[in-house]
This record gives sequence, structure tokens and C-alpha cells, in this order.
Amino acid sequence: MSEASDRLAGAELNLAPGDEQLDGNGVAVGVRGYVIGLVLAAGLTAASFYFCFSGLIYAPAVPAALIALAVAQMGVHLVFFLHLTTGPDNTNNALALAFGVLIVTLVIGGSLWIMANLSHNMLPMSRVLEMQR
Amino acid sequence: MKLLGRLGWDALPLDQPIPMIASATVAAAILAVLAWVVIRGRFPYLWREWLTSVDHKRIGVMYTLLAMVMLLRGFSDALMMRSQQAIALHSQGYMPPEHYDQVFSAHGTIMIFFVAMPFLIGLMNFVLPLQLGVRDVAFPTLNSVSFWLTATGALLVNLSLGIGEFARTGWLPYPPLSELKYSPGVGVDYYLWSLQISGIGTLLTGINFTTTILKLRAPGMTYLRMPMFCWTSLASSLLIIAAFPILTATLAMLILDRYLGFHFFTNEAGGNVMMFVNLIWAWGHPEVYILILPAFGIFSEVVSTFSGKPLFGYRSMVIATMAICVLSFMVWLHHFFTMGAGADVNAVFGVMSMIIAVPTGVKVFNWLFTMYGGRIRFETPILWAIGFMVTFVIGGMTGVLLAAPPADFVLHNSLFLVAHFHNVIIGGVLFGAFAGYEYWFPKAFGFRLHRGLGKAAFWCWFVGFYLAFTPLYVLGLEGMTRRMQHYDVPAWRPWLLVAAVGAAVILAGIVCQIAELAVSIARRETLRDVTGDPWDGRTLEWSTASPPPAFNFAILPKVRGRDAYWAAKHGAQEQQAPSSEPAYEALETPRNSATGFVCAFFATLMGFALIWHIWWLALAGLAGAWATFVVFAWRDRVENLISAADVATIDRENRRARLEPLAARTS
Amino acid sequence: MSAYAIDSDRIGEEALESPSAARSAGGPASKRVYVGYGFWIFILSDMVMFSAFFAAYAVLAEARAGGPGGRQLFDLTNVAWETGCLLVSSFACGMASLAAASRNALWFQVAMAVTFVLGAAFLGLELSEFAGLTAQGDGPQRSAFLSAFFTLVGCHGLHITAGLLWLLTMMAQVVAKGFRADILRRILCFTLFWHALDIIWVAIFTVVYLMEKTP
Repeated sequence: MSEASDRLAGAELNLAPGDEQLDGNGVAVGVRGYVIGLVLAAGLTAASFYFCFSGLIYAPAVPAALIALAVAQMGVHLVFFLHLTTGPDNTNNALALAFGVLIVTLVIGGSLWIMANLSHNMLPMSRVLEMQR
Repeated sequence: MKLLGRLGWDALPLDQPIPMIASATVAAAILAVLAWVVIRGRFPYLWREWLTSVDHKRIGVMYTLLAMVMLLRGFSDALMMRSQQAIALHSQGYMPPEHYDQVFSAHGTIMIFFVAMPFLIGLMNFVLPLQLGVRDVAFPTLNSVSFWLTATGALLVNLSLGIGEFARTGWLPYPPLSELKYSPGVGVDYYLWSLQISGIGTLLTGINFTTTILKLRAPGMTYLRMPMFCWTSLASSLLIIAAFPILTATLAMLILDRYLGFHFFTNEAGGNVMMFVNLIWAWGHPEVYILILPAFGIFSEVVSTFSGKPLFGYRSMVIATMAICVLSFMVWLHHFFTMGAGADVNAVFGVMSMIIAVPTGVKVFNWLFTMYGGRIRFETPILWAIGFMVTFVIGGMTGVLLAAPPADFVLHNSLFLVAHFHNVIIGGVLFGAFAGYEYWFPKAFGFRLHRGLGKAAFWCWFVGFYLAFTPLYVLGLEGMTRRMQHYDVPAWRPWLLVAAVGAAVILAGIVCQIAELAVSIARRETLRDVTGDPWDGRTLEWSTASPPPAFNFAILPKVRGRDAYWAAKHGAQEQQAPSSEPAYEALETPRNSATGFVCAFFATLMGFALIWHIWWLALAGLAGAWATFVVFAWRDRVENLISAADVATIDRENRRARLEPLAARTS
Repeated sequence: MSAYAIDSDRIGEEALESPSAARSAGGPASKRVYVGYGFWIFILSDMVMFSAFFAAYAVLAEARAGGPGGRQLFDLTNVAWETGCLLVSSFACGMASLAAASRNALWFQVAMAVTFVLGAAFLGLELSEFAGLTAQGDGPQRSAFLSAFFTLVGCHGLHITAGLLWLLTMMAQVVAKGFRADILRRILCFTLFWHALDIIWVAIFTVVYLMEKTP
């Protein structure tokens, strides 16, 4: 592949992850995207820290709220900083991410389920020590 | 602090004759080869054309060679275990327990990580770009780094034979046995660091192949026109990307436990050994499919080519492959059904394990229907494929049996399990690797392998396999557990003797394979294939010369359908017109680079230093590896230009060679 | 087999003339696309590695062996500062990539320098937290919970350290080589890496720090 053909892909069907499709006055639009991302991310972070203490939310629901905020913030980062879209030029990038998310979910969810089940079935350590005595 | 850490003269096993003699022999052989290379003045050639090569074909050949050499090492371990168990009734045999434990641990580690993996990765390396119709993989230098890191891992494992010891924990070092308290020696450390280093290489390979398949294909090569081997390689690479990081993380936790006194898996301070078992199998089960999927691809190519028919049910094959790719991440608990999970969890994972057999069954039927009605040519590769189908179906069925938790409670940890996984790994992965080796060898070197010796090797392996492993099923049902150094049940003895005979027959097969290679090289002129298409192939790798030029294709092929080469071949045949000479253009190939070799040199130093707690050397190795990459990043010329005239000269030579038999036949 | 078949199999005479034309017909992607894609896959594999450490942390979070838990140990003010540093550095990194895209060397160096300073500040805050915990006897050897905590957060810190080294190398490369195509590709990969580390940090401050402090 020659270096000359190595440009920011415009008309191409594929877009490199992180690259943005910018038309016309690129820099201004680019900066605006990052600023929106920064504001949204900062807001979501602040909300997480605030809900953690304020008692504004029904206490048992706080973990769920925190997770929802974290997922939202990750989405903001993906869209505004990593420029991941659902457009056809980004299909492969988004599919790869979906595969990654699936694996992460399976590994964490599976491990937690299995380990909780194992601990549930295990004789408590105190009883084991008692039996050894 | 000692300058050499824990390393001292007592690391040499002077009191143990077997490892001492073995390592001395191997060291002498390596020195003799090196001396021969240097004296004959071949070292510059070796360095320029192979050690620093970033050509995917050369790297593929080196991977395969590494796997074959390691197969000899792993197989000697197997012979030792079989002979030990054949004689160790009411006696200690000839191997003390601490040595026997190292032998079975090394056997499993080497066979999985340094035979099966490099063999298949080698074949993928060689074949993928050729089948996709492109000039190289996406990241050629990274490819070289991957290979050399794998070689580093293999070197470290084999160093343990002569310096220190290897793990005595089995091929997966379950804690707490593998923790510092119960394994204070360097054996587990050898295991951990060699796998961490080679694991990085494997991960990079997975990234490289996935990018190559998804982003670099010849014009017109859509997803559903890709050869089956490309699909299975894609699934396998995706699994590498998804699974190997888990292995890295898990082994890192064990390393932290052993080196810095962390408490992930210790008995004390809240550590949880089951977390290790859980995580290692979250990697371990996908690993099984990382190995078998490329083999499935090889069989698909071989069966289709030698039956003279397109693959039956191509789309169902693709769906089955990708289904296995995802399902393989949902079954890992079946490796530890008996370790405390409740009925609900066991049932879910048992059912999932049975479901994953369905897409595999689809594949078997597709191969059978491909052969059905075909005009089958019984060359060596398809013998391996047919042997695989018979053997793998038996192994698969015992696998479904083991997937039923109640049956597993009876059979787990017995020789039945050992027989099962050898049934699928030898009958599936290894037979697949051998089929691919026989099939693509003429492409790599321009001459075929000797037919008679190849077939003899197949029959020895096939018969030897059944002799060696059918008795283990019986022994498992009779209650013999795995990894026994000696036993006192006379009824087991006859079966173990039969198994030992089977191992000897397999040895005869290996001897045949070595003879096959040697005889073929000696008679290469009579076995020469000038057409580049010795098997009447169907996919793009057969459309270029054998061996292919460095740039693979003078002009990137344009693909119009599945079995691209077959279609083009027969389309042109009907028109009764040879193709006109294309307009050649200058093209660029990646420049060779010593980055991989140098980086692996520093990785070896670092790994060895970490095993022996020589901290200054470990830091030096790390700094060296980093510096190597910066130097690589700083270079300005990354590609060699091949002029249009040179491309034309090379390609015309191949066209002429293909036309010669044509002229002879028409006159 | 027809005699012509031996040569007629040479497909390729119809291949397109120039690489750009070949691409429009669905040939190999441009180097920037596949380099970025390869690195994107590497990042996803890195996330899988983190998921193993997260799983270990979640399982071992209650295994305190009689030692202290996160509620007693963690200082959320520190975490808030760390989060702020990393978020703004991610923004600065985005500015650097825009500067690179418009070939503005001065703004690129300024933005990268800001990224570095904020990243280094994050690392300093994290190290001081670790040092404080270890000094009061709550190091990673104390309990399985602390082992998992130090490993998970420390692994992210190691990534940040590697990223800072890479960042300096990129600044030097732009000075030495200018905005060459291969340098621009590396800048793309670096920005992907840096933004991804911020995403992982979101998971860490939520799961590790905030969850421990919930009422």
C-alpha cells in the first residue's frame, strides 16, 4: 500500500476507528464534538458522585443508578471521543465492539454466577476448621 | 542480594541421569547444527532470508518447523509416560514421582502451546494471504515478533530440562499446589513466564489475522466468497483475541501471588482457589476451539479438493463456525462440574455443552455430503481427513457423554477423560495439521512429499492411535485415574501394555514422517511440480507459482465467485484461450526486519531472569525490548520497491513453466 | 483437462490498474483504516483482560480477612481529582488529534503536553493513594480484597504509564519526522488508547470506589 494513498478516508466505505467523517470546516466541527462530549461526560461523572451521597435516590437503587450512569458515560466517550457511529462506514468497528462487550459480559457475569453458586454450596470455613479439630 | 538470584550450580540436574543425558544430547545437537551453519558460511543467508524475514510464507514455515521439533519433545515425554505405566505395577518403575510429575506437565504444556498452536498458526500464516489474494498479512513485522515470542516460550520450557526443573502441577497449574508454599521451586515460574511471553505472541497473531481477513481481501472477495479455511481462521483468531487476555490476567494473578505475596489464590487471607479454576477455564475452553476450528477449515479444503466438488452446505458451514465461536464461551464450567457447583449451574453448562455438539455435527454431515457422489482421489491429505472423521466422531460422542454432569461425576479425572481429549486433539487437531502439511507442502516448496511414506505414516498413526487410546477408555471405566506414577491393580496391566504398544506404533508413524521429508528432499527433482497446481485446486493459492514469489501475486486477482480459482480455470478452459499477459506494475514489499529476533532475544533474557529472580537482568531485558521497538519506529524506509521489470521477469518465468507441459502435450 | 487450462487459470489480467481503483471495487482497505482497526481490536482484547481483573475484584471484594474494606480506606476527593484529570486529558488528547489532522505542529505539541501533564498528575495522585495505603499496613498483601484492588487499579495505572511513555515518543517523533503518514497512524492509535483508558477508568471509579461508598 503506497504512502500516497494513505489519506483520511473520505469516499471510502471503511472508516478507521477514531476517525471522523468531517465535511467542510473540519476543525470547528471537530472541536464542537469534543466539547459536547466533555460537558456530557463531566455532567454524568458529577451525577454519579452526587447520587452516591445525596440520598436523593432510594438507597437500594443507588448501585443500579451508578451502573446506568457509567454505561451512559461510556457511550458518550465512544460517540464523542472515539467517534463510533452506527453508520455503514463504521459497521466493522461497531461489530468488533459488540463482540468485545459480549465477551466481557459473559466473563464477568459467568464468573460471578459460578463463584456465588460455589460459595453457596461450600461448607463455611469455620465449620471446616471445627471438623479438623 | 545475590547477583544471579536463585541461580547456582545446584540448578543442573547432575543427580538425575535422564534429564541430564537428554538435555546434553539436545544441546550437543543444537551446537552441531550451529557449527555446521557457521562453517558452511550459511549464517548470512539464514539471517537475511529467514531469521529476519517478515514474509508471511517464511514465518509460516518457521512456525511449522518449530511445531514439528516440539512434537518430538512432547512425544518423547509421552513415550516415557507409557513405558513408566507399563512397568510400574507394584513397583516404582524407572521414574521417581517428582520426575514423572514434570514429564506429564511438560507433555501437556508443550503439546498444546508449542505443537498444536504453532502448527496451526504456521499453516494459517502461510495460507491466509494466498487464499485471500493479497500480498501479505496486515502487520508483517508484528507477525515476525509473534513468531519469535512463541519461539522464546518454547526455548524457556526446554531450558527447564537442563537448568532447574519444570512444573509438577499438570498442564494447568491449579493453586494452592502451584502457590509458593507448595511449589517453592522454579518449575511453576518456568511455566508462567514462558506462557506469558508466548501468549503475547499469540494475541498479536490473533489481531493480525483478524485484521487481515476483515480488511485485506482481493477485489471481489466478499465474505461469502471466502474459502472455508479463511472463515474458520477468522473464528479462531477472534477467539484468540477474546480468550488469551483472560489467560494473561489469570497467570498474572498467580505470578503476583508467587512473587509479591498477593492473596488471589492462597489458602490464607481470603484467597479463593476456585477463582483460578474458573478463570483458567474461561480461557481454556475457547482454547479448545481455537485449535480445532482451523483444523475444520483444512478438512473442508481437503475434502472439497480431492472430491472434485464444491463444499456442500457452504453457508451452513459458515453459520456453524460462527455459532461455535460464540457458544465456546458459554460452556467452560463443564471442566469442573465436580468442584462444588449446584445442580442448576451444572445443568445449564451441561446443556450448553451438548448444544455446541450440534454445529459440529452439521460440519461432519457437510463433509460427508461433499464426498458423496464425488470422484475421490485418495492422496495422502484426504486419508488424514477420512481418518479424522471417524476418529473425531468417536471423540465427540464421548465428549457429549462427559457433558452430562451425572456421568462426569463418575468419569472425571479418570483415564476416560484422558482418552476423550486425546481422541479429539490427536484425531482432530493433529490429523488436521498433518493434512494441511501434506496438502500445502508442494505450494511452499515446489515439490510434493513422497506418497508411499506419507501413506505409511498415516496408517501407523491411525492404528497406533486406536491401540494407544482405546485401552484408556476401558481403564477409565475400570476406575484408573490420570497421572498415576505407579499402581497396584493387576487387571489394569494388560491394557497399559496395549497402550504402550500403540505408542510404539505411533513412533513408527513419526519415523515414517521424518523419512518422508528426508526422501522427498533428496528426490525433489523427480517430485517437482512446475504448474503450481498439483492437486487440481479450487482456491486462489493454487493460481500462483510454487513456491510463490515474495509478493504472492503479480497482479491482485479479481474474484467473481466462490472457489475463485476453479471458476477462472474452467471459465478460461471453455473459452479455449490462454490469458494474455497482464500489464505489470512496480510494487512494494515490506522490508525485512530484525525487530522480532532482537526483541525475542531480550524477552528470553527477561523471562530467564524473572524465573531465577535476577532482577537487574530482567530490567535490562525489558529496557532492551522497549529500545528495540523505538528503533523500529524511527526507521524511515519500511518497504522495498520491486520494479515492474522484475515483477514481469518473475511472473513470466512462472507462465513459461506452466505453458511447457502444455506445449509438450499438444505436440 | 484442456491443454489451455494450464495457463488460462492465470486470472488477474482483468485486475484493476491502480490501487485506488481496486479499493473502490472492494479490494484491500487503506493502511490507515486497517492499522486503526487492528489497534481497535487490540483495545478490545485489553478490555477483556480488564474484565478478568474486574471479575476477580468483584468475587474477592468481601474477602477482607478481618482487614479494612473500601469504605474505611478510600478517599473520594482524591478519586474525584483523578477522574477530572483523566477526563480533561482525554479532551486535550482529542485536541491533539484535531491539530494533527490539520497539520498544526504547535497546537499538537501544546495539546500533547497538556495531556501529559494531566496524565502524570493522575498517576501521581494514584501513587500517593497506593503509598498511603501501604504505609498504614493496608498493602496488597493484607487481604485478597486488597490484592484484587491493587491489581485492578494498578493495571490501569500501568497502562497510563505506558501511555505516557508512548506520548513522549510521539511528541519526539513529530518533531523529528513531521506529520508523515505513518506518524499520523500512530497518533490515531495513541488517541484510541488514551480514550479507551478513560472508559476503563469510568468502570473503575464506579465499581471500585463509588459502589463501596454507597449507603
